[in-house]
Amino acid sequence: MAMLEGASSVDRLAPKVDAHEETLIRRIQNGEQELFYELVKPHERRVYTAAFAILRNPADAEEVAQEAVLKAFTHLKQFRAEARFSTWLIQIAVNEARMRLRKDHSEVMEPIGERQDDEGTYTPREFADWRELPSEALERSEIRQLLLEALASLKSKYREVFILRDIHHLSIEEVAATLEISRASVKTRLLRARLMLRDFLAPRMASGWFGREPFQKGNKPW
Amino acid sequence: MVIGCEQVWQEISNYLENEVDPSLRASIEEHVRGCKRCTAVLDGTRNIIQLYGDDRLFQVPMGYGWRLRRRLADYMPGRRGTAYGWLIAVAALGLFTATLGLARSAASAPPTARSEHAQPGKGIPSGLTVLVAGHGKLFHIAGCTFIHEKDGPVRSMTAGEAIKEGYTPCTRCLGEYLSRLANLVRKQAWAVLLL
Repeated sequence: MAMLEGASSVDRLAPKVDAHEETLIRRIQNGEQELFYELVKPHERRVYTAAFAILRNPADAEEVAQEAVLKAFTHLKQFRAEARFSTWLIQIAVNEARMRLRKDHSEVMEPIGERQDDEGTYTPREFADWRELPSEALERSEIRQLLLEALASLKSKYREVFILRDIHHLSIEEVAATLEISRASVKTRLLRARLMLRDFLAPRMASGWFGREPFQKGNKPW
Repeated sequence: MVIGCEQVWQEISNYLENEVDPSLRASIEEHVRGCKRCTAVLDGTRNIIQLYGDDRLFQVPMGYGWRLRRRLADYMPGRRGTAYGWLIAVAALGLFTATLGLARSAASAPPTARSEHAQPGKGIPSGLTVLVAGHGKLFHIAGCTFIHEKDGPVRSMTAGEAIKEGYTPCTRCLGEYLSRLANLVRKQAWAVLLL
């Protein structure tokens, strides 16, 4: 199983698991299977969000999250103690979600980021200054929705790197190992993902301009 | 070192993650101070990282954790069903067994005797000699006025045999007999104690 073999390369790079987690894993591997939920519980939210960020559908995300957890349970004996369990689990969830996406051919939205590939230089658009970031921004459902729309509009190769790095806070090395791409590709895609999201969101989020049309070239506030 | 906008954009991620050397960092900061466009790009990118790194962005569906736990419990080998499920199964089995037992007892047990005359003999010495009338349903001790000759020929047998054949004790003669016998035993016991 490529996905689980792939986890081994992450394992070598990741920090050690914490002692409690390590003890739990050992006990489960020795037959106390009922402890598995205790092991998974701290990460169940991240498993769901990883799946949701890729699939963009709550029902599919939940189903994939469940499948990922069951797969982790089945293959826990293959997990080595020097790894971070959460990284391994998220990797399984990401792979499950990617497989579901391929199966369903559900890339329905026209992704942003088509105008330049990895080799070219990405030029950020000239948008309004977006300095203000109210701490309560995420309390507003329309802002959360907008952020999810922006994320969904990225091409999957950018979205996946961004999710693993900026949402799940994996290291560059862990992202590279999880997606089986080079460290340089991770950094390039991450930069582009961030800039594309900024291009998408800045005109909408800039103070006083939320909900309006983005600035057009030649219509800048400065 | 003087750098241009394009170089700033290429290094923005590294800059925000503190992965640039001090001289490049100084150059980026110097450029940004004088460039509105790069300032906007830098601030916007920083905001993106902050917003998407916030746990509040993704909200899991209500009951997600519970459903995940249940699915996992159902999936575990040898643990098809939760403890709660087992409890329900045992309770259902108990209920079924009790119902079955009740139905059996109702179907096969003899109808409850309705009068004291129909009660089976209890506490009667099985070796006690009793009399039964041929067509009667009771057994008596000798001298009972309720032995009727019209019921057929009278036979003698032990109380144990009479009970086995389905006769029930006559409450007049045997009730009185047993009562007297009990009193006699009680008196003898007290006499023994007083001595």
